[in-house]
Amino acid sequence: MIGHGQKKGMSTGTSAGRRKVLRAGAVAGALALGFPAIVRSQSDKIKIGHLTPMTGFLGALGEYAVMGIKMAEEEINKSGGVMGRQLEVASEDSVNPSTASTKAQRMLERDGALVLMGEINSASALTIMQVAARNKRLFMQIGARSDVLRGKNCNRYTFHVDIPVTVMVNAVGESLVREDEVKGKSFFMLSADYLFGHDLLKAAKAYILGHGGAVIGDELVATDVTDFSAYMLKIRRAKPDVVCSNLAGNQVTNLVKQYAEFGLPFPMVGFNLNTADAWAAGEGNLSGTWPTVWMHDLDTPGSKAFTAAFIKKHGKPPENHAWIEYVSLKMMAQAMNETKSTDSERLIAYFEKQPEFDILKARKGYFRSWDHQLMQEAYPFTVKPKGKARDKWDFLVLGAAVPAANQPLELLAPAKAQNTCVM
Amino acid sequence: MELLFLLEQVLNGLVLGGYYLLIALGLSLIFSVGGVVNLAHGAFYALGAYLSLEIAKHLGFGAGVVLSPVAVALLGILFERFLLRRFYTADPILSLLLTFGLAMVAEQLIRMVWGAAPLPASMPAGLKGQVMLGDFMFSRYRLLLLAVVALVLAGIWLLLHKTSFGRVVRAGIQRPDMVAALGIRLQPYMAAIVMLGVGMAALGGALFAPITVVHPAMGAEIITVAFVVVVIGGLGSFWGVVLAALLVGVVRGVTIHFVPAAGEASMYVLMFLVLLFRPRGLLGERIEKFE
Repeated sequence: MIGHGQKKGMSTGTSAGRRKVLRAGAVAGALALGFPAIVRSQSDKIKIGHLTPMTGFLGALGEYAVMGIKMAEEEINKSGGVMGRQLEVASEDSVNPSTASTKAQRMLERDGALVLMGEINSASALTIMQVAARNKRLFMQIGARSDVLRGKNCNRYTFHVDIPVTVMVNAVGESLVREDEVKGKSFFMLSADYLFGHDLLKAAKAYILGHGGAVIGDELVATDVTDFSAYMLKIRRAKPDVVCSNLAGNQVTNLVKQYAEFGLPFPMVGFNLNTADAWAAGEGNLSGTWPTVWMHDLDTPGSKAFTAAFIKKHGKPPENHAWIEYVSLKMMAQAMNETKSTDSERLIAYFEKQPEFDILKARKGYFRSWDHQLMQEAYPFTVKPKGKARDKWDFLVLGAAVPAANQPLELLAPAKAQNTCVM
Repeated sequence: MELLFLLEQVLNGLVLGGYYLLIALGLSLIFSVGGVVNLAHGAFYALGAYLSLEIAKHLGFGAGVVLSPVAVALLGILFERFLLRRFYTADPILSLLLTFGLAMVAEQLIRMVWGAAPLPASMPAGLKGQVMLGDFMFSRYRLLLLAVVALVLAGIWLLLHKTSFGRVVRAGIQRPDMVAALGIRLQPYMAAIVMLGVGMAALGGALFAPITVVHPAMGAEIITVAFVVVVIGGLGSFWGVVLAALLVGVVRGVTIHFVPAAGEASMYVLMFLVLLFRPRGLLGERIEKFE
């Protein structure tokens, strides 16, 4: 064609120079796009996706959870952050299991969260665990206690902080056995009709039956039941030696209040309670022996300092969920600092080496490598005699830590032989 | 023995139903007279509970129970004047949306002011304990509650059937256009009805605070039950609501007796069955406005 020769001529001359310029420009452009990204990510924040139930029957606990993790975030950031970078904890309401799953996925995929933390509802925790495994990211499961999360449904991307059902049952059970209140006694059990409640019922039943007690009543309670009067009638007719609560959140408060309202004479125990639920029951209504993972008057320097700082900031004492979220973020920060990384695989490997963490208790905690459960002390607690409480948060009496100081921390946790966790 | 136990559950259900009646009656009245679905009714119930606790802190339990409904009733006047009034002649869906939104706003406001943690609430020690009637156990406090509800019920009935005020209200439920043609403005009557309705809800909240969890979402918990009771009872019928409330209470109690896990679902099944055979509710009257 006509212009062909001319083109050829141009390509040997100015075209070569133009191509060079174009190439240089392309490289410069790539650098301009790529380099700042690398530079930016160094001073960028470490984003952590935080999910917790802020509404619903666990909503009160979620509120404390957010307060706890926020306090830890501020403290860590004030002292320089993690690896020189600031932490950014994005807290959201998990609402229910399917919403929790959707939000977790969105946090990892779109919002730039590097790891996930949180949750209190066992059913929601399960769905988030699945999201974490699918995306191959670390999920530090803080507040859900169902055994199956560490057992049948375990996965290597999840680490569990709060004590599992088995430990709670054992903590109260030991106390009851010591007081000779299990052998030959009949128990009437009320259990929450969802994953956690079923778990708790199974463990409680096994413990009671295994120590010579009998279960004469076994009623499931839907999680939206607020009125227990019909159950009160059943309890009275059954005349048990002990009434046992396997409920969660608000429902425990309701049961306790209405139990006091009806004035039934049988002693009550429970295998699950959070201090917020206990406070809500009000002085004079709560009685019996219950388990807890921590309480604000725990007599260790770390706990006292934390409680004082929390009261200063919020005007009321921290609930156990505030404490556990606080120490969890601190553990995550420690792991990131020690591994100098935010990569999930490196963090998982670090935790599995079973390093010790200061969780503000008498003994340090560590994550057991084969089920990723934090090994820590638990406590049974009872109620002060009427009139001895200083204020509305002061009517609970913390018992001695279990396991005892000379016993291994793993004593109360599910043994490897019984645990179905395979990673 | 079994039969006796069942009877005890039925009686307990009646007591509970009596309690639901307090909330449902107010809702039904507002529904029947104004044609508005007040989904914010639960919010007034919750406010009643929270305010009664605040007042009780300074003036004691009794003052809390008496003054809180009064305060909420006054709030009800504002609610009627500035919000509900625009929707009497509008499509019922609009009032539904408005009050639903209001309920959510109220819940969040309560959360902001008092926090998400439930407030401890207890009744005076003297009211705790059980009362035995033969072999039947009742909670002393709930019998007291039932007595209060019965009084309120009697008062409302007298108001509706023995006063000229009540005559106009009943006429307004049936044929508001006729009432207008007779030269009577229904406006002030509506305001009074709303005041009464939300006041009753608040009284319910104040009375129930010691035996339920006082938390921001408590309004949402009660509105479902109240709504179901009103639907089962039927619009415009005083005795329909009474019957429905008692029925719902009994059905729940009996279901928990046999199949505890289905306790909450039972009232919805009941509603479904009632609507299947009597779409207007058990004793619902023909109301021109909605036909």
